[in-house]
Amino acid sequence: MAKNVTVYSTSTCPFCIRVKQFLKDNNIEFTNYDVGSDQLKAQEMINKSGQMGVPVLDIDGKIIVGFDKEKIKEALGL
Amino acid sequence: MYDLIIIGAGPAGITAAVYAARKKMNFLVITRDIGGQAAWSGDVENYTGYQFVTGPELVSKFEEHMRKYRIDIKEGEAVVDLEKSGEIVKVKTNKSFYDSKAVIIASGKVSRDLGVPQEAHFKNRGLTYCATCDGPLFAGKDVAVIGGGNSALDAALQLIKIANKVYVINNTPRLGGDPVMKEKVEASPVVKIYNDSKVVAINGDKMVTGIRISKYGNEEDISVQGIFVEIGLIPNSSFAKIVERNQAQEIKINCRNETSVPGIFAAGDVTDVPEKQIIIAAGEGAKAALAAFKYISQQR
Repeated sequence: MAKNVTVYSTSTCPFCIRVKQFLKDNNIEFTNYDVGSDQLKAQEMINKSGQMGVPVLDIDGKIIVGFDKEKIKEALGL
Repeated sequence: MYDLIIIGAGPAGITAAVYAARKKMNFLVITRDIGGQAAWSGDVENYTGYQFVTGPELVSKFEEHMRKYRIDIKEGEAVVDLEKSGEIVKVKTNKSFYDSKAVIIASGKVSRDLGVPQEAHFKNRGLTYCATCDGPLFAGKDVAVIGGGNSALDAALQLIKIANKVYVINNTPRLGGDPVMKEKVEASPVVKIYNDSKVVAINGDKMVTGIRISKYGNEEDISVQGIFVEIGLIPNSSFAKIVERNQAQEIKINCRNETSVPGIFAAGDVTDVPEKQIIIAAGEGAKAALAAFKYISQQR
C-alpha cells in the first residue's frame, strides 16, 4: 500500500535535492513543501520535528530528519 | 581480508573506487555519506566538462559512475581507529572491524565547531553550519553569521537578501576574504559587523534566542533566531593517529599519496595537498588508487 510521504525542504539545500531524487528514483510519490517560502509549513515542520534543519520527511507519521537513507528505506519498506 | 579499503566517498574516495574497480581489486568503501563537501556545494563552474553544474548534480554523476561497478559500500559507517599489524591494516569502525592490505584515507573535511557550551543541543534549533541549506528558513528574522572569511561573507550575502538583520561576528580586527564580497557585505544596510569579537554563549531554551559575544572582555547579548557558523573546516583525521599529520591536522603525503605508514595512502582535502578543489580531490583519488594497486602488486 502506498505510504503518505511529505517532504519539507528548501529549494537550495543539497540534501533536499538528494532526498527528492532518491524518492523519485524509487517511484515514491510525495508532497513537497518549500519551507523557505511557506511560513505555515515551516512552523508545521518545526512542531513535528522539534528542530529547524532540512530536509524533514514525514512518512506515515514517522519523522526523519536529514537524508538518512537507511531510516528512509526502513520507513518506506524498501 | 580486502586488498584495499577506501575511507570516504567524496570526489577523492569515489574516484579511487572507480580506479580500484577497473583494476579489479577486492575492495570496500566505508563512508559516512556520499559526496562529502561537494554535496553541499552550490554552483560548480570549474569542473572540466561541466560549464555549470550544482554540487548535488555532480555528486549524483559521481555516484552513478561508481555504482556502474559492483562495489561493496558501507554507507553511514564511521572509521574510529586505524592500526598496522605486520603487513595488515586493521580498520575499526563504529560498527565493525575490517582487515586490508592497503587503505586510502579520503575522509575530507567538516565544519569547525564554535566550541561553546550546549552547541550540540542547539544544532538545527537555530544553530546551523549551512547557510545554503537552512538560510531560507530565516526569512524576515534576525541572524548572526560567525566568521570573517570567504565562507562567512558568502553566508552573509545569501542572508542579506532574506533576513531582517544580519550580525557578522568576526574575531579578528577586520574582515578577511575577497574584497568584492567584503565591500558588498559592508555596504548592506541590514548588516552590523562586530570585529575583534567572539561568541561565548548561545542563549535560548529549546530554540536559539540570541548569542552572547565578548569584545575585549566586555560581554553583550544580541537577540537572534539564527546562528550560521562559518569558521572554517577541519580535516576528518582524528582516527588516523598512526600516520603523520601537520599542524592543521592534515595527513602528510608525498607525490605518490603515500603517508608515513607503508600501505596507508591518503587523498583529497584530508591531506596536506595544496588547494582544495573538487577536481584536484578527484585526481588525487585516482593517483592514490593507482599507487595502492602498485603497492599490493609488489606485496604478492
